[in-house]
Amino acid sequence: MHEVRLHGRGGQGAVLASAILAAALVEEGQHVMAIPAFGFERRGAPVVAFLRMSDQVIRRITNIYSPDIVVVIDPTVARAVDVFAGMPANGTYILATNRQPGELELPSHLGRVAVCDATHIAMDIFKRQITNTIMLGAFAKATGLVSVAALETALEETDFRDAGLRQNIEAVRRGYAETTVVNLGKEKAA
Amino acid sequence: MSDVKESKSKGGKVIVCDGNEAAAWGACLSRPDMVAVYPITPQSSLVEYLAKFIAEGKMDAELMDVEGEHTVLSVLHGACLAGARTYSATSAQGLAFMFEPYFRTPGLRLPMVVSLVTRDAVSPTCVWGGQQDAMTVKEVGWIHMYCETQQEILDTIPIAYKVAEHPDVMLPVNVNHDGNYLSYGVARVELPEQELVDSFLGEKQVNWHACLDPERPMAVDPLTGGAGGAGPATFVRYRKGLCSGMQSALTVIEEAHADWGRRTGRFWSPLIEEYRMDDAEVALVTIGSMTGAAKDAVDEARLDGRKVGIVKIKTFRPFPIHRIAKALSRVKAVGVVDRAVNFGWNSGPVFQEVLAALYHLPVRIPAMSFIGGLAGADITVEHFARVVDRVNRLAAGEASSLPVWLNEND
Repeated sequence: MHEVRLHGRGGQGAVLASAILAAALVEEGQHVMAIPAFGFERRGAPVVAFLRMSDQVIRRITNIYSPDIVVVIDPTVARAVDVFAGMPANGTYILATNRQPGELELPSHLGRVAVCDATHIAMDIFKRQITNTIMLGAFAKATGLVSVAALETALEETDFRDAGLRQNIEAVRRGYAETTVVNLGKEKAA
Repeated sequence: MSDVKESKSKGGKVIVCDGNEAAAWGACLSRPDMVAVYPITPQSSLVEYLAKFIAEGKMDAELMDVEGEHTVLSVLHGACLAGARTYSATSAQGLAFMFEPYFRTPGLRLPMVVSLVTRDAVSPTCVWGGQQDAMTVKEVGWIHMYCETQQEILDTIPIAYKVAEHPDVMLPVNVNHDGNYLSYGVARVELPEQELVDSFLGEKQVNWHACLDPERPMAVDPLTGGAGGAGPATFVRYRKGLCSGMQSALTVIEEAHADWGRRTGRFWSPLIEEYRMDDAEVALVTIGSMTGAAKDAVDEARLDGRKVGIVKIKTFRPFPIHRIAKALSRVKAVGVVDRAVNFGWNSGPVFQEVLAALYHLPVRIPAMSFIGGLAGADITVEHFARVVDRVNRLAAGEASSLPVWLNEND
């Protein structure tokens, strides 16, 4: 079982990203349970979504408190909330940033870090800072838990409010291609 | 979904969706003639899916987008009396605003299905999950079934029509799913083929006993009761009929679930599910989507050698008194976990119901009330581990206390 926590800001599509990832994981034969943490959703306010995946049936329908994978789709949200809260040792941290892994302040027990300049890619593709599907590509690259092909199949089943399917497929592909992954721990991370 | 033995997809398609979409699919596949809606959190996306299905031609139903929940149920009364199959969904304050026609529905013996996307009740203001809304209307005469997973929501809606429209029942059904955790929680769901649902439901048998028909005018909902003439006896006849329909529903609900299971491979427990109860020394009683975390907690407790089991309530109205009493008859202590408050008893409402069922046993089994998950609070595996500890101490002779508020220190 892997437990994933996605951080973003209202309006960037973190919750939709978790649903697309869930669909892609089911495409890969996994069981999933994706739950958005809820509040009064407001554009720009920090937002969290949770996703559990397993090759076994998942029975608990609860929030996630110890994610072994944290995905941050907004470069500034880590200043507003503790994105590492509850992470066990050797976890994987996937961040939208224009900085390199060596320039980041990271907890010592982290196993793997992946960075992707998703804002830059988003401005290229969408002309807006919508980074959610780009970071799904980054997730695929950093974890190897889902394929780009499965993500594309999941995208095809998704109704997009803001941008077309073709743009989002490009977003996933560029996210995958332009993510740098660094293994920090001695043990193999998630 | 542990009670689903061999969940083999029988020609169905796999989708990945949240509980609200699963409910909309359940309604769509049941082919209602008329749907009336008014949006309210956390039900809103459910009725948006219905509107979308109708707009896309997936669903051939008349959609009435009315000005409030009182009208939602009132127009559906008219439609149902004219022989239509009807569906709606609501939540919390919407249900409160619907209450006047809601109260009228079972007495009219209208076989409607309405999803309650359960939510805690205002005040103080909150828009998140809890079962206070559904628990508050438990005595009105509607059948209440609570779902544990997204798949069970979809499957239970066609089952609910089969139960509601059965000539021995003829009562409205609420299919309840937890706001937030189920309404927005996304999981893998098998979508049955339309033909499968059509053959399961058979020919529409909606409201054969009282139909608005200009060719055959008849009065419905007569003025009766009072203290003279035929009034008192007539009124009693109506009330006894309703109680009798409720009791008949116990069998019909079991038959409908078994029939659905044979067709889909998914055998949901119709009244109660017993989980690891065979040799259980203490039992938890759960309802709704909290149950998955409880099962995980029980498995962990069992690894420590503690013999714990779960009785999950699916059908809350009619209350399966004897099934519950029998399931709990051999344990030394019971802990009931509620997602709502019974203010007058300083405990949970399901707790009070379980106590009443336990009275049917020759022995006195100590029981305790636990309240959690109010207004969207999480009931985690760790919370259930605490419940298991406390119920074990109760079994060992420690006095009970009323009630334990699980999220008090979260």
